[in-house]
Amino acid sequence: MRKILIVGATSGMAEACARLWAQRGDHLFLAARNPSQLQSVCDDLRARGAGRVGLQVFDANDLSAHAALLAQATHTLGGLDTVLIAHGTLSDQERAQQDVAYALQEIQTNGTSVVSLMSLAGEQFAQQGQGAIAVISSVAGDRGRQSNYVYGSAKALVSAFASGMRQRLSKQGVHVITIKPGFVSTPMTAHLKQGALWAQPEQVAKDITRAIDQGQRVVYTPGFWRWIMLIIRHIPEFVFVKLKL
Amino acid sequence: MRCTWLSDIGMSPATPARVFTSWGRVQHVAHTALGLPSRHGALPLPGGGASVLPFGNGRSYGDSNLNPGGALLLAGQLDRFIDFDPQTGLLRCEAGVLLSTILRLVVPQGWFLPVTPGTQFVTVGGAIANDVHGKNHHAAGSFGNHVTQLELLRSDGTRRVCSPTQHPDWFAATVGGLGLTGLITWAEIQLRRVVNPYMDTETIRFDSPEAFFELSQASERDHEYTVAWIDCAFTGQRLGRGLFSRANHAPVAMDLSLLPRSLPSGVAEPSRRVPFTPPISLINTLSLKAFNTLYFHKQRTPVVRAVQHYRPFFYPLDALLEWNRIYGPRGFHQYQCVIPPDDALVVTRRLLHTIAHSGQGSFLAVLKQFGAPASLGMLSFPQPGTTLALDFPNVGPRLHRLFDELDRIVLAAGGRLYPAKDGRMGAALFQAGYPRWREFANYVDPRFSSGLWRRVTETS
Repeated sequence: MRKILIVGATSGMAEACARLWAQRGDHLFLAARNPSQLQSVCDDLRARGAGRVGLQVFDANDLSAHAALLAQATHTLGGLDTVLIAHGTLSDQERAQQDVAYALQEIQTNGTSVVSLMSLAGEQFAQQGQGAIAVISSVAGDRGRQSNYVYGSAKALVSAFASGMRQRLSKQGVHVITIKPGFVSTPMTAHLKQGALWAQPEQVAKDITRAIDQGQRVVYTPGFWRWIMLIIRHIPEFVFVKLKL
Repeated sequence: MRCTWLSDIGMSPATPARVFTSWGRVQHVAHTALGLPSRHGALPLPGGGASVLPFGNGRSYGDSNLNPGGALLLAGQLDRFIDFDPQTGLLRCEAGVLLSTILRLVVPQGWFLPVTPGTQFVTVGGAIANDVHGKNHHAAGSFGNHVTQLELLRSDGTRRVCSPTQHPDWFAATVGGLGLTGLITWAEIQLRRVVNPYMDTETIRFDSPEAFFELSQASERDHEYTVAWIDCAFTGQRLGRGLFSRANHAPVAMDLSLLPRSLPSGVAEPSRRVPFTPPISLINTLSLKAFNTLYFHKQRTPVVRAVQHYRPFFYPLDALLEWNRIYGPRGFHQYQCVIPPDDALVVTRRLLHTIAHSGQGSFLAVLKQFGAPASLGMLSFPQPGTTLALDFPNVGPRLHRLFDELDRIVLAAGGRLYPAKDGRMGAALFQAGYPRWREFANYVDPRFSSGLWRRVTETS
């Protein structure tokens, strides 16, 4: 049985993971910004069979609250062995181009706040000699594209940070798992036209929970994105600048 | 330079409209789709005064769940449990929770749905909005009879908790209200006790509609569930033959010799699916006659008793995901009517004869006697009498001529059609069948509408 902290617990992907964990009776500590939504998710997971469920209203951009969150989760669950970091925003690329302050804010929400949480969890897990940190990055972090490079560069920061941290902490029994989802159908993306490449959060959650159980390192979900991004990463720059991506 | 396949994969700015279809796959309509991240949030509304309609899991057959020219609220996203008390069997959940999800949670704890339709892949909100019925109608009434309360969110932002005693008029409008009275955000349902997931079933062969009526009457007292499959492929002697099925939840102590030797198909969670839509319907006169003959003779003795898991018993079609694709790209219609008890036998015979004579129809012909429990909704479909449901491949005008003929029989008999299954009935038939429709119209949210509602309220 795992003791899991979920940051951004009301996001579609995190909630789908939490349901899988609840069904097997894991203990969960949920953190998210919106109190009423957080409470609904919490009630749902209790009904679905979760062991202990704790919750805390939490704004990832309040960096000073990060250490307290980890301490609270550890205290409530009587220990901690897994952290899923899933909070984030869908950045408005056009606005970010006009508004530097907004762009930097988005980079903090999707990038540096994740760095802060990973660092704190990493140290705690290194000390206890075991633990798993799963972080939701994105295929968008694999190469900056004109359509969403502010979001993409924040995710690139997360991917690179996770890669280094994995290398350092793997010797101390800590698994760092980088999750790179493609397009996922969630309330956040309901208004978008959804083609064949769109995945349901349940499907993505299966990949994420499996990756954590098996200690995988970098996971594209659904798996075909590995090959799509392989191609996109290898398009020569002189061709890439002419594409509309 | 433009690389279309890469922009197709969604990396370009998205278009707002998404194409939706209902279970019959006859209409494919682009709608603005509005997400519902939380039941506590404000109701999202489209710009320009356009109307909205809740869309659950898309199991209504025609256009009662489509809103051409307007928007759809993705009600399936409200899929959280709120509270379940395993002592009392009282379940409170958001309206987008699927019946299949409820069963997975409650059956291991000794509870079952009080009423279930022929598929478990409908939402609680859809089950209420269509006041769905099941094989136990004669004993338990319809779904709305077991809803203890629900919350209705209107486009003006007001929320009402409705029950048979609190705002009973809003409750009566919303049960069977086709999603038109506002958004059901959550509901509370009283479940029924079971001691295991098995059903004690009997299947009996019968040769005529008369035999069906006799069997129904004889079975109602001692069997919670009754339904019949009836053959509409042949005229003459074989007209109206079928298989009558009756069952109860299995008791604690069971005759073990009745237990199936191995797990029959359908017990496992459904995972097989129809992988693509065939270019033409696989259901036609030839395949139909062959199938029905085999199906009728699949059991060698006239009566077969067996213990069955609840899933193949209640949801045989759910074992094949997206079975609706077998009717090909033009889709199919379902025709379901109810005939009042007085002339039920004569009228049923006439309907069967008309269908058989037309050479259309399919193997999914179902006959069931509704019972006395009164449905609570102003527009609830079930009423005492006999209900006949039949799928038809969409072959165009020839089919609609048959429907017109059936409509005349139903209208003359004082019957009515089931809106959840309908994509074509005219205003006159609807208004005759649902005399409370004008009263109901007072409760329709001014920002809510549907394809069906506009059609059946047209004034000529």
